[in-house]
Amino acid sequence: MSTTTELTETTLLRFATAGSVDDGKSTLVGRLLHDSKSILTDQLEAVERASASRGAEGPDLALLTDGLRAEREQGITIDVAYRYFATPRRRFILADTPGHVQYTRNMVTGASTAELTVILIDARNGVVEQTRRHAALAALLRVPHVVLAVNKMDLVDYAEPVFAAIAEEFTAYATELGVPDVTAIPISALAGDNVVEPSANMDWYGGPTVLEHLETVPVTHDLSHCHARLPVQYVIRPQTAEHPDYRGYAGQIAAGSFHVGEQITVLPSGRSTKIAGIDLLGEPVDVAWTTQSVTILLEDDIDISRGDLLVPSKDAPPTTQDIEATVCHVADAPLTVGHRVLLKHGTRTVKAIVKDIPSRLTLDDLSLHPHPGQLVANDIGRVKIRTAEPLPVDSYSDSRRTGSFILIDPNDGTTLTAGMVGESFASPEPVKDESEDDGWDF
Amino acid sequence: MTTTVTKVEDGTEAPYALSHLDALESEAVHIFREVAGEFERPVILFSGGKDSIVMLHLALKAFAPAAIPFSLLHVDTGHNFPEVLEYRDRVVAAHGLRLHVASVQDYIDRGVLKERPDGTRNPLQTLPLTEKIQAEKFDAVFGGGRRDEEKARAKERVFSLRDEFSQWDPRRQRPELWNLYNGRHAPGEHVRVFPLSNWTELDVWQYIAREKIELPEIYFAHEREVFSRSGMWLTAGEWGGPKDGETVEKRLVRYRTVGDMSCTGAVDSDADSIEKVITEIAASRLTERGATRADDKMSEAAMEDRKREGYF
Repeated sequence: MSTTTELTETTLLRFATAGSVDDGKSTLVGRLLHDSKSILTDQLEAVERASASRGAEGPDLALLTDGLRAEREQGITIDVAYRYFATPRRRFILADTPGHVQYTRNMVTGASTAELTVILIDARNGVVEQTRRHAALAALLRVPHVVLAVNKMDLVDYAEPVFAAIAEEFTAYATELGVPDVTAIPISALAGDNVVEPSANMDWYGGPTVLEHLETVPVTHDLSHCHARLPVQYVIRPQTAEHPDYRGYAGQIAAGSFHVGEQITVLPSGRSTKIAGIDLLGEPVDVAWTTQSVTILLEDDIDISRGDLLVPSKDAPPTTQDIEATVCHVADAPLTVGHRVLLKHGTRTVKAIVKDIPSRLTLDDLSLHPHPGQLVANDIGRVKIRTAEPLPVDSYSDSRRTGSFILIDPNDGTTLTAGMVGESFASPEPVKDESEDDGWDF
Repeated sequence: MTTTVTKVEDGTEAPYALSHLDALESEAVHIFREVAGEFERPVILFSGGKDSIVMLHLALKAFAPAAIPFSLLHVDTGHNFPEVLEYRDRVVAAHGLRLHVASVQDYIDRGVLKERPDGTRNPLQTLPLTEKIQAEKFDAVFGGGRRDEEKARAKERVFSLRDEFSQWDPRRQRPELWNLYNGRHAPGEHVRVFPLSNWTELDVWQYIAREKIELPEIYFAHEREVFSRSGMWLTAGEWGGPKDGETVEKRLVRYRTVGDMSCTGAVDSDADSIEKVITEIAASRLTERGATRADDKMSEAAMEDRKREGYF
């Protein structure tokens, strides 16, 4: 890793890992960190010390990632950990999520902000139930890119047919679910094949290594097809001699782009005006786009406060008090019909009631269990919610930010449920077209 | 089956891709504004160290051209570097901020806390901090903690709920989904907020360079009277070092972190500019805390244990 190139600004990729307990996820994470020289000497020494004191022969790289006392005691990962590493080309935030079935909520947590998920498979076992569950979750959360890492290729003699069969089966399944982009890579995390360095044992494979793919996968999308959305976070009014009339609406652009002079509408009130100026953290700009934190100045002095949504007048979402969504229940106490909750959508929190739970999804075979009565921790299901005030919601398939919400227990503030508005899985037809356009084709 | 891959050229994503520093900055600003929008009495923990200085800079940008709607809180160990205190007071005055100080020395003088045999005051900060939070009824407390610092911190949420005793329970953390932060808390509870969660030490330095942020001088190489203890260069001073058998010598050093003088070590360095510091860190094979913090070496779970008690 050269220091001169590290001084330049690079792009940021957030990704998550998913894999069953013995698929070698820790080894892959350890290998990525180790081979990209992201484990520093004192961290490695600490792991070696701890491993030795437990009587282990070599350093146990899982100790590097299991940060909590309870995790080390039990030898399992109980919560998402975030890891950071960099190459000269890109910076990475890795949400390292536990593999146990009962931690579905943790994978949802990790994948909600990820642009890519690495799903691990043991080459000897092929596509198993847990693999399908991970693919379904990636599809449900609309993670744009999925990497299938077929691990332990060293244990199947680096045989191409083994890899090809697994890749084909997985890609067909994932495409059916609506995963837009699948890249399958044959690896051995233990031996280091195709993780950071290309494998000499698999010259039949012509694709990228895991790291190479992470470095080159596109992190933004074509904004011209996105609905522009800005949830208002905070109204900035200095009321000073220098800025007596400044009134700016601060927020992070959730989707699309805004430009000065554009006609916009404020939701839910429906009032319209034009953008008079955009401040990008102190600098005036003509145009700003998704994930930039900005302050918008408007031509007319209309009543706007935290929780409102600014949208282009020509592309406003409908407002509704009846939301249908796919949810993942993340709390220990169950979610039941009639439950009174708070719903946080963008910057707005409103009272809401769970009107109906029409079905619960069985991730193993994607079958629907009708009217389960309640959702317990880690359950995924369809929910109908009535809100006390109208909300401008998008379909989650259009916008991960303005199509998502959380339910909160009004009594103790617990985060109960992660919600995704609209249909749960994309129809396969348009998705196939997209993957061809992207050029990551099998 | 052959795998055909069309390489996506870097240029194709350029128009709308944020640089990693812009993405981290935007995320931190979003977090500051969420807290301003949802809490009654937020406060920024300010030590005069680089992370809290970057936090302050981000807060200034988040609310410009208005003033920061928060006050600052410094936990003064009584063993601070004079250069850092001077910097703290200058910044507070320059931006017209309000500074609260929780003093460890006061607690020792009143007999509430007892000086430890090893002289370090880092673990003693927890009580003055948590009592100040209760007394001032702060409901959101910004800390400059980064997940890359330490493995217990790698598990910390951006919004981290603390009970009425300021305790952290890692098993009862709320899942954090999308950017929908949940700041709900009961009276007496508060939320620790970490806007720099996703930053690394190198990001912080690159950002300091890009934004031309001024830092206390001790971050840059300078000649200093130090002595060696447990493999670290500690500054000689009134806090109880050097002891018998420890020899003071003059060395060219700089600090990677700023904390209590008794447990924050200097590193040998000739990096006297931001650019040289960045080059040095990028090449370093030691983590920031591993190189310079004695208190984290006490046990495998030292940070987790202190955090559970209410430490930042």
